[in-house]
Amino acid sequence: MKRIFAIVSGVVLSIIALVAVDARLSASSTAAASSATEIKIDNFSFTPPTITIKAGTEVRWTNRDDIPHTVVADDKSFKSKALDTDEQFSFTFAKPGTYNYFCSIHPKMTAKIVVQ
Amino acid sequence: MKDEKQDVIQHDHNHDGIDRRGFLKCMVWAGTGAFCVMKGGVLRSYSLSRLSEVPSGSGGELNFVQISDSHMGFNKPANPDVAATLKAAIDKINALPTKPEFILHTGDISHLSKPEEFDTVQQLLTSASTKDVFYVPGEHDVLGDDGQQFRDRFGKGSRGAGWYSFDKSGVHFIGLVNVMNLKAGGLGSLGTEQLEWMEKDVKHLSKSTPIVVFAHIPLWSVYPDWGWGTDDSAQALSYLKKFGSVTVLNGHIHQTMQKVEGNVTFHTAASTAFPQPKPGSAPSPGPMKVPAEQLRSLLGVTDVNYLSGKHALAVVDSTLE
Repeated sequence: MKRIFAIVSGVVLSIIALVAVDARLSASSTAAASSATEIKIDNFSFTPPTITIKAGTEVRWTNRDDIPHTVVADDKSFKSKALDTDEQFSFTFAKPGTYNYFCSIHPKMTAKIVVQ
Repeated sequence: MKDEKQDVIQHDHNHDGIDRRGFLKCMVWAGTGAFCVMKGGVLRSYSLSRLSEVPSGSGGELNFVQISDSHMGFNKPANPDVAATLKAAIDKINALPTKPEFILHTGDISHLSKPEEFDTVQQLLTSASTKDVFYVPGEHDVLGDDGQQFRDRFGKGSRGAGWYSFDKSGVHFIGLVNVMNLKAGGLGSLGTEQLEWMEKDVKHLSKSTPIVVFAHIPLWSVYPDWGWGTDDSAQALSYLKKFGSVTVLNGHIHQTMQKVEGNVTFHTAASTAFPQPKPGSAPSPGPMKVPAEQLRSLLGVTDVNYLSGKHALAVVDSTLE
């Protein structure tokens, strides 16, 4: 009986632990969401077309067009799936540098991120 | 615009069966669609509203239909029911006075490359009067998997990214793929491997063989600012210089346009899903929202007739009205 209790309490404890981890995760993603730099995809263009950010900044793209677009680095260092209307893609730029990117579906759409 | 006129033009200065001035006159109708029949060097063009008056004997040796840009899965205000308009296109095909031998679909079958989108188009097309459909992919058909699903479904016997050729009634058809490996800032692209294949593919053909090339993105510079062109199309067309009759059929721009350059007639088909603005007439090439009662007048199918020995194909656009 004692042994069964031990197992049950162990399970309960791990559930509590899981919930705690879950809460932390969602808290951190909310915090990141509010600090992310936003880029709008609208009328077949990235707005703003050039942004300068600090290393470690998260950038979030939102597609406002009726047509799907992608966000793909020229050197393929980041690549979104096809984003349908209102879908988003986020990427955190850890290292300084200039990152040119484009929409691989409509390659005339080009833009750049400068990370300092 | 409702044109009621019918033109009969007789200019064949090069004695090659191609009435260039006639074709140019046809171009004026771009956007409203025109029905053109070439017979004995005389080009006849009919407005769509008089399609029923076209003599039934104008069929020729080969009749086929081009449809394009079904965008199955698109559900925005520009057309919330793209399945219904594809059905209307199929009804139009089934009502043609001469049953077409096959259908060419010049890409953007699906909107997001989803299996169920491809399924729906394939299912709907089983009700067409002809069961033979030849496809080339649009950029919307190769999302996420570099076209693997497209090739699994439609690319049996094709090479590389899905290109192929075949012969029907003495006409050589070449299906090209120009929506893969697109480069930042660039246009549509065929790529070296495909160009080399194409050069070999046409080398053995006699110069009197009529050629039909079909691909999604236009193989001529319709409007490069919107990506409406193909970077290495000039290379592809250089392989076709020896031929007396070359017809290039494209989609992508969701409106009809024709252009003649030397031995080559270029033609783009309307979409069965939603219209796009005329080049440069809007901030972007996004779907054009028009009143519901006008939508079907801007969508359509293209019927093509080939008359053996006349060195030209008659290209016919009709709306879904």
